[in-house]
Amino acid sequence: MDIFQLFISAIFVNNIVLAQYLGNCPYLGCSKERGVAFGMGSAVVFVTIMATLFTWLIQTFVLIPFGIEYLQTLAFILVIAALVQFVEMFLKKLIPPLYKSLGIFLPLITTNCCVLGIALLVQRKQYSLGTSLAYALASTLGFMLALLLMSGIRERLDTCRVPKALKGTPIALIMAGLMSLAFMAFRGMAA
Amino acid sequence: MVTVSILVLFTLGFVAAALLGISSKILAVEEDPRVEAVVEVLPGANCGGCGFAGCENYAQAVVSDPDVPAGLCVAGGEETSIKVGNLTGKIVAAMEPQISFRRCEKIEGKVAVRFEYQGMPSCAAAALLGSGQGTDQCAYSCLGHGDCIKVCPFDALYLRNGLVRVDPSRCTGCGVCTRACPRNILEVIPRRARVMVCCSTCDKGKKVMEICEAGCIQCLKCKRKCPAGAVSVVDGHVHIDQQLCLGYGEECGMACAEACDRRILRRLVSTPDADGDRFTAPHPPAIPVNAASTEPQA
Repeated sequence: MDIFQLFISAIFVNNIVLAQYLGNCPYLGCSKERGVAFGMGSAVVFVTIMATLFTWLIQTFVLIPFGIEYLQTLAFILVIAALVQFVEMFLKKLIPPLYKSLGIFLPLITTNCCVLGIALLVQRKQYSLGTSLAYALASTLGFMLALLLMSGIRERLDTCRVPKALKGTPIALIMAGLMSLAFMAFRGMAA
Repeated sequence: MVTVSILVLFTLGFVAAALLGISSKILAVEEDPRVEAVVEVLPGANCGGCGFAGCENYAQAVVSDPDVPAGLCVAGGEETSIKVGNLTGKIVAAMEPQISFRRCEKIEGKVAVRFEYQGMPSCAAAALLGSGQGTDQCAYSCLGHGDCIKVCPFDALYLRNGLVRVDPSRCTGCGVCTRACPRNILEVIPRRARVMVCCSTCDKGKKVMEICEAGCIQCLKCKRKCPAGAVSVVDGHVHIDQQLCLGYGEECGMACAEACDRRILRRLVSTPDADGDRFTAPHPPAIPVNAASTEPQA
């Protein structure tokens, strides 16, 4: 598959949040400020690429040879959780500035369905290792885009008069729905 | 089949656990345990009253830097300061409990509005309108949209009758509200302050006379009457140096408040009235409960 088409498809057409509804928890939880949204977005990009790499290796060299692909979900969760823990320790020791900006988001990602979802999707589509990593990067960039757009909207919403019953999360959910509808317009541009 | 899956998962889990265990030893970051202890003691409100970005930053600074004193946490008060001092081995200077004070009485002064405001509910926005004069006739009034209420980490401020009130039982004097107010109406003063200026205007006396019945016209009688020299004009409005005032003591008989014909300088009482304010109703002049024997001097 053409790599350009893969990027367009993963970022806009099949956006991981707005079209596939994965990772909705950080999408709503971390989109109140642009700075936080950017931190969370970069943490997801980082962790997902690492997780895709390791789960791909586990799938190819452990699960398939032993014929136990049905344990995919369980094994992937285990690997991702351990990996996030390791990455957290690694960053804390060796790259403290990066740890300071990503640190609080890393534990949140441990069991995020966006990370696990991409690792599983890659297997379902039977991508090669290189394509898998590109797909992971593109999908998480799509996640970051959605998160940043949402945080921009929510920052504006803070200064608007919102009916009392809709203040806070309700209006955010409505905005999420509208954004999802807007992204539906990309349907048909790429598979 | 079952054996294989159990074995594989067990191995995976074991390898992950072993790697994590080893790396936690290798990658362990040495943190001063005192930092965590200090963070535990601090209120955790991250109000920034100490001058650092948050409680953790202050804890780090107070542990590692010998020049950072232990008594900077205004929100926690004396109790916290002593605990921090014990943990870091620093001497704590006596702390004065503080409270936020609103220097505006525009309801009492019957300040009219210039126009009906329909914009976003924020003082910062309302204050920018009309060439920076805001929506009131007075350019130094409390606008009552509650920017300070939104930022207060202790929920100590509330709105009543269009003015911001301070809840003395909750206010810690951290000063976050003073920075949020676009008009600098709020000031942090010692809790035992005896007298305070209830107006922030920098306008000329004539204009103040026209727009507000409770506005300071800067006749400066108070300044002349104060034996301690605590009253002065700072940044264009009358200001009381509370340290000088409290240092002088009560012998002056509140000469400044007595001298003020417009009742801009008022005695503070330690119990708030029904409106949550720290001085009692306008007339007759309030008598402080902690000095009930002090008679107004002729």
